[in-house]
Amino acid sequence: MASLAFHAPDSIADAIALLAADPSARPLAGGTDLIVQMRSGRSAPGAIVDLKRIRQLTGIRSHGTGFAIGAATPCTALKADTALVAAWPGVVEAANLIGSVQVRNRATITGNLCNASPAADSVPALIAASATCLIAGPKGEREVAVETIATGPGRTSLAPGEFVVEIRLPARAGGDAYLRSIPRTEMDIAVVGAGANLTIDADGTCAAARIAIGAAAPTALLVAAAGAALVGTRFDDAALERMADAVRAACRPIDDKRGTAKYRTAMAGVLARRVVAIARQRAG
Amino acid sequence: MNELSKFAPGKEFRVIGTSPVRPDGVDKVTGKAVYGTDFTVAGMLQGAILRSPHAHARIRGIDTRKAAALPGVKAVVTGVDFPDLESLVVSAGESSGDIIHISRTCMAHEKVLYAGHAVAAVAATSARLAREALALIVVDYEILPHVIDPEAALAADAPLLHDDVFTRGAEPKPDQPSNIAQQVALDRGDVTAALAGAAKVVGGRYTTEFVHQGYIEPHTCVAAWGADGQAQIWASSQGHFSIRSLTATVLGIAMADIRVHPLEIGGGFGGKTGIYLEPVAMLLSRQAGRPVRLAMTRAEVFEATGPAPGAVIELKIGANADGMLVGAEIDFVYNAGAYPGITVHSGLTCSIGHYKVANARIFGREVLTNRPPVKAYRAPSAPQITFAVESALDELARELGIDPLELRLKNAVRPGDPQMNGVPYGQIGYIECIEAAQAHPHWTAPLGPNEGRGVAGGFWGNYGGPSTAQVSLAEDGTVLVATGSPDIGGSRAAMAMMAAEALQLPYEAVRVIVADTASIGYSMVTGGSRTTFATGKAVIEAAEIVVAQLKARAAVMWSVSPAEVVWADGTATCLAEGKTDQRLTIRQIAARAPFSGGPISAQVGLNAAGYLPGFAVHICDVEVDPETGQVGVVRYTAVQDVGQAIHKSYVEGQIQGGAVQGIGWALNEAYSYDADGRMENAGFLDYRMPVASDLPMIETVMIEVPNPAHPYGVKGVGEAPIVPPLAAVANAVRAATGKRLTDLPLSPDRIYAAMQAT
Amino acid sequence: MNKLVISCTVNGDATEFLAEPGDSLLDVLRDELALTGSKEGCGSGDCGACTVVLDGEMVCACLVLAPEAQGRHVATIEGVAEGSRLHPIQEKFLEHAALQCGFCTPGFIVATKNLLDRNPDPSESEVRYWLAGNLCRCTGYDKIVRAVLAAAAELRQEKAPV
Repeated sequence: MASLAFHAPDSIADAIALLAADPSARPLAGGTDLIVQMRSGRSAPGAIVDLKRIRQLTGIRSHGTGFAIGAATPCTALKADTALVAAWPGVVEAANLIGSVQVRNRATITGNLCNASPAADSVPALIAASATCLIAGPKGEREVAVETIATGPGRTSLAPGEFVVEIRLPARAGGDAYLRSIPRTEMDIAVVGAGANLTIDADGTCAAARIAIGAAAPTALLVAAAGAALVGTRFDDAALERMADAVRAACRPIDDKRGTAKYRTAMAGVLARRVVAIARQRAG
Repeated sequence: MNELSKFAPGKEFRVIGTSPVRPDGVDKVTGKAVYGTDFTVAGMLQGAILRSPHAHARIRGIDTRKAAALPGVKAVVTGVDFPDLESLVVSAGESSGDIIHISRTCMAHEKVLYAGHAVAAVAATSARLAREALALIVVDYEILPHVIDPEAALAADAPLLHDDVFTRGAEPKPDQPSNIAQQVALDRGDVTAALAGAAKVVGGRYTTEFVHQGYIEPHTCVAAWGADGQAQIWASSQGHFSIRSLTATVLGIAMADIRVHPLEIGGGFGGKTGIYLEPVAMLLSRQAGRPVRLAMTRAEVFEATGPAPGAVIELKIGANADGMLVGAEIDFVYNAGAYPGITVHSGLTCSIGHYKVANARIFGREVLTNRPPVKAYRAPSAPQITFAVESALDELARELGIDPLELRLKNAVRPGDPQMNGVPYGQIGYIECIEAAQAHPHWTAPLGPNEGRGVAGGFWGNYGGPSTAQVSLAEDGTVLVATGSPDIGGSRAAMAMMAAEALQLPYEAVRVIVADTASIGYSMVTGGSRTTFATGKAVIEAAEIVVAQLKARAAVMWSVSPAEVVWADGTATCLAEGKTDQRLTIRQIAARAPFSGGPISAQVGLNAAGYLPGFAVHICDVEVDPETGQVGVVRYTAVQDVGQAIHKSYVEGQIQGGAVQGIGWALNEAYSYDADGRMENAGFLDYRMPVASDLPMIETVMIEVPNPAHPYGVKGVGEAPIVPPLAAVANAVRAATGKRLTDLPLSPDRIYAAMQAT
Repeated sequence: MNKLVISCTVNGDATEFLAEPGDSLLDVLRDELALTGSKEGCGSGDCGACTVVLDGEMVCACLVLAPEAQGRHVATIEGVAEGSRLHPIQEKFLEHAALQCGFCTPGFIVATKNLLDRNPDPSESEVRYWLAGNLCRCTGYDKIVRAVLAAAAELRQEKAPV
């Protein structure tokens, strides 16, 4: 068994160099996925690059008119940022549904994104919120939409040596929400999840809508047709049902130990309606 | 039994029925208590076990040479290192098994019978090295077809697990081996006629899945087997005497050559009544010449220890128009996993044993599949069949328009009614439980929207059996109690209370330990809800002998006859003429013991008879989300006849814990298998046990119908509370949704599907 | 072997230990520092029996790599009592019979203390959700929740101005 190296760089440049030097090296933020994978043998990196000693990667900063959430910022820290909670309550709630308090004190939304589980709770909320991420790597920095990161279960579009530095959220535009279906009340992986972000005109007409779903396909999905079904409406029942239909139509789930495909599809529609109702209240 | 040992109705207690703090409490809230996983000994090696990835395969060969050659590896063991054994059925806690199968569960030999089956073990200077060594072992498997589903295993062309298992209980004795390990049957009256003449007959097919006891402490042991043949084992278990006898028998050595030290146990619920690691650690230790520690991971606990059987139950129950049950026909199959040994008989006796049903035909089979061999789990075999029967009774009450508690009350067994085996029941309290449920405010409380209320009854037979206890006095008159019963949930407090009661001393004057196998006489496992009853009886009898000794010593000190001494409030008082003002405290008598006859102590070993079953009635309210099928338990009340509660809080705790395990079984817990026969959810994330936010407070009502065969009226309390919840929850879901769900767990997708069905 | 020397503070004491990079903080606490009060029930962050407080936030020690503890403050169950004086939470767990086997108890007590340190008057629901990462299989949680609420009341009483 090759021995494992542990690095705790204090700059992004050092982190890039360390990750680029060993193709098997893995960045460590909260570790709540990586350490479990290492213990079970699913992951055997040659080096760990702990990102938590890099100042720019911890904490929440304002970025333009919006927010930048450092990659090593634990989920519970999101709850403590009153401006973020006021602007993106759905994102904060989604991040704080993951695992338990103990897990959320370590886990990060960047890790949640880059672990590329189709059931990641924070991802549909981030997609609905039009979040982007700043990626650093040997070839420099780039900024991409969060929905481009996961390409399949456990697979990402990140190039070797690249890692996500921060997740960026725009200024508050309307209201957002996220809900998931789990058999227990805590400590579960989403059977299905749905996020919504709405902008509503003064007369109550939907000006913009982004609906995203999780655990219903190999990656979290932005369902453009669902958002389109709402835009220009005042959320009448027919529009809501068209939106839910679009969500169900977008589902490509599997039957597994956590739920049946049929149930996932049906619940995606139910949850989409519920998150739209919450987001609408918040947007109003 | 001496005079004092009989239960006296109306007896006033001084300690019994209070709730003092347990003697092991401070160590457990400060992190100092030494559990099985915490123990270390100098020079100890770390072991690890290689397990089969296949559900069913023949082992053509195992090449351990590379592993053995790895520097730091000190021992390697496979099935060939285990002695050949003659077939012998031995008691293994709450079940029994063939010693060959028990040995093969510790280490496979010719075949692996489930994914997770142990095939080789190593001991090395570090856990990391041991794991590296495992990766160097090459096992040549011939993969065989496997069978996971119990009904599929019944088919004539099903993969056969054993060519030497012939159905026990079948007449005539089968001449072909099969996957049916055992069958039990009961036939009384004329069921066909009774059901034909019934006003209503309800039927159904009910299924439950494999569920795990889910104790939080994984199995661990340390073994040291010396060159002189003497060995020591340190482990947490529900019975260190069982570890001794089973390990000695598997290894073919004398029981007295193994001394087993009981460590604090982090939960068992029946699952720690057998052996998995101990003989392996022993063989590794002998080879290495050093102590060896073996510890399971959580995944190993799920994949390689014994869960509770899954079940398929088909039944018909008929009643007349008044709701009197007239006949029951029940056919059940229990999935035992890879080796025989479950108590299908308990399934039979617990099925309708709580009701008077003149005509019954019950047929039960134990079926073997390529899953880990099942083990006792709290009231083993009772919850599954009670789920079916109590669900059917709920349907019957609906069909007849009778209140479900009223229906149960009409048919409930009373003292003197025959048990399933024909022997009359003693002082049982089922009627009292049903009446208390009827009177409880919960039963008539209004329900909110989307809520439903369910009720179910059930019972567990409990047990007595062999126990040893010793009571001895220190020179200052303080009292030491030693038993051979592992304390799994506060029994040391109960033992101290019973000794204090018998000695008429304060609770704090008594200290209790669980002694190792070399320091106290044989005691059966802590299981079957027997410890407070049986071991408690031994403690009381030993304490009463000590009281007699104290009186005799006082008599010597006063030069009077022992008959002229009374013992009260921990003090001897002289009744002899002219000496009636004489008093001797226990401290004074103890101080003079060397001069009045020697040390004061007594050891009692007994086989406790007269145990009585425990009955329970549970009421459950659920709220079901009509759009998602999500279930929330919003209120729960558990009523139980506890005989006499020794420690009130701990009895309540047993009831609450059992009820919540049952709720988990009903709603979310189940083993899930993939197409290759591997468990898919071998972890606490996907094997979903209830978490704190899933539950309301669990209200308890303790009914006290004392057991006259125990000096303080004790009945076992630990197991009965897991029997009713499965049906209580299902009946509540029925009430909330209008749908009868017959397959556990009642997961949201199943409830949703039922609600969608028209 | 490539052991690292790690310096941190454990229960207020400066502590130095050797660890392999892949060792968990829990491995180190239990095997190197002999602080076996933190238990390993799952090794995957799903049971909470290894709950410790790292720089003021509770975490599962099994999901922290030992080198991550460099320069940080770790608080374990062994530091909850003051000498031989039990913390009120420990007292209430005993009084309310909030433990049966006791294996999960250290994790529950550490998590409870972390809750009450920041929220002196939690509701029953807040207690239940805060403790949802701590599995108990014996008690059904009833007596644990009661003990936590009683400890909170006791601590508020202690802190109340006389």
